[in-house]
Amino acid sequence: MTRKQRRMTILGVGLACLAVATALVLTALSDKVTFFYSPSDLAADDAGHNARIRLGGMVEEGSVVKEGDGITTAFVITDFAQAVPVRYTGVLPDLFREGQGIIATGRMDQGTFIAEEVLAKHDETYMPPEVADALKAAGKWQMGDQP
Amino acid sequence: MPNFLHSLASPARFQRIANAVLPWVSVLAAVLLGVGIVWGLVFSPPDYQQGDTVRVMYIHVPAAWMATFCYAVMALLSASFLIWKHQLADLAARAASPIGACFTAIALITGALWGKPTWGTWWVWDARLTSVLVLFFLYLGHMALSAAFDDRERGGRAAAILACVGAINLPIIKYSVEWWNTLHQGASVFRMDGPTIDNSMLWPLLLTVLGFNMLFVVLLLVRIKSELLARRIEVLQRARASGRG
Repeated sequence: MTRKQRRMTILGVGLACLAVATALVLTALSDKVTFFYSPSDLAADDAGHNARIRLGGMVEEGSVVKEGDGITTAFVITDFAQAVPVRYTGVLPDLFREGQGIIATGRMDQGTFIAEEVLAKHDETYMPPEVADALKAAGKWQMGDQP
Repeated sequence: MPNFLHSLASPARFQRIANAVLPWVSVLAAVLLGVGIVWGLVFSPPDYQQGDTVRVMYIHVPAAWMATFCYAVMALLSASFLIWKHQLADLAARAASPIGACFTAIALITGALWGKPTWGTWWVWDARLTSVLVLFFLYLGHMALSAAFDDRERGGRAAAILACVGAINLPIIKYSVEWWNTLHQGASVFRMDGPTIDNSMLWPLLLTVLGFNMLFVVLLLVRIKSELLARRIEVLQRARASGRG
C-alpha cells in the first residue's frame, strides 16, 4: 500500500465512522430535533404532559371563530387523523386561514391548546394568482385553502 | 479524468487554463445574473399566496444552493490536498471558504427577510435553519483555522480535516426538511414528482441559479490567481532578502 492509498483509506474510514456516529446521534435525537408535534403525536402522548411544545397541522375548515374581545381566535388544528382545539390571543400572520398549515407554540390546558405564538407554514408550491384561479376554475385545485 | 485533474495541480497549467476561461465565464455570469435578476424581480408574476414577497426566492434559493455546493467543492479540494498533497488544492480550498461564507450569509439574511412576512418570524431553531447556520460557522472555522498557524502547511492540513469532517452537514441540510418536521418547506425544484413551481417562476430562478454558479467560478479563479501571485511575491522577497544577507 502506497502512502497515498493509506491516506485515502484513513480519510475514507474516518469519514465513514463519522457518518455512522452522526446517523446514530440524529436517530436517537429524532424526537428532539423535530420542530413541532402533530395532533396524532399529542394523542399518542409523545410530547409529554404540560410541557411547552409546538403543535403543527392544518387549520380545520370552518373551525375559526373570532371571540368577542376581537383579538382572541379559537380554531382546530388537524392532521386529518386527530384534531386539537386551539385558543390564541394576539396578531395572526398574514397567511393564517382555514386550510393553511400552521405551527402554534404553547401548552395543553384541559383539552385545549393555549397558544402563545402562531406561525404560518408555507408549502412548497409557487404559482401566479392567474394559474391558481385557472386551477380552481378547472376543478383541479388540490390545496385546501381558498385565498 | 483523474489524470486531467492531477495535471491541473500544476500552477503554470492552471494559470493558463484560468486565463483562457475567465473572460468567457465572466461575460456569461454577467448576462445570466442580469437577465435572471431583472426577470425575477420585475417581470415574473407575484405568487398567489405570498404576493411580491416570493421575489426573495430569486436570490435566496441560488445563494443557499451555492452555499452548499461551494462547501462540497471545498471538501473535495481538501480531501485531495490531504491525500495527494496538491498545494494548489489547499490554495483553492482557502480561496473557496470566504466565497461560501458570503453565499451562506446571503441565504440566511434573505431567508430571515422572507420569513418575517411569510411565517411571522425572522428566525426559528428548526433543523433546516440551524444546519445552515452550522454551515456558516464551519466556513468561519475553516477560514480561522487555515490562518491560525505560522506554518502554512499545518494550517492547511488542520483546515482541510475540518472541511472533510464538516461535509457530514451537507446531507443533513439537504434532507432536514424530509427527516424532521421543520418550519422550512420541503424542496420545490428537485422532487420525484417534478417541480412545484410554475414555469413562469422556474425559468428566471434557473437563470439566477446558473448565474450564481458562474459567479462562483469567476470569484474562485480570481482568488486562486491572486493567491498564486501573492505566494510568488513572497518567494521572490525571501530570495532577495537571503541574497542580500
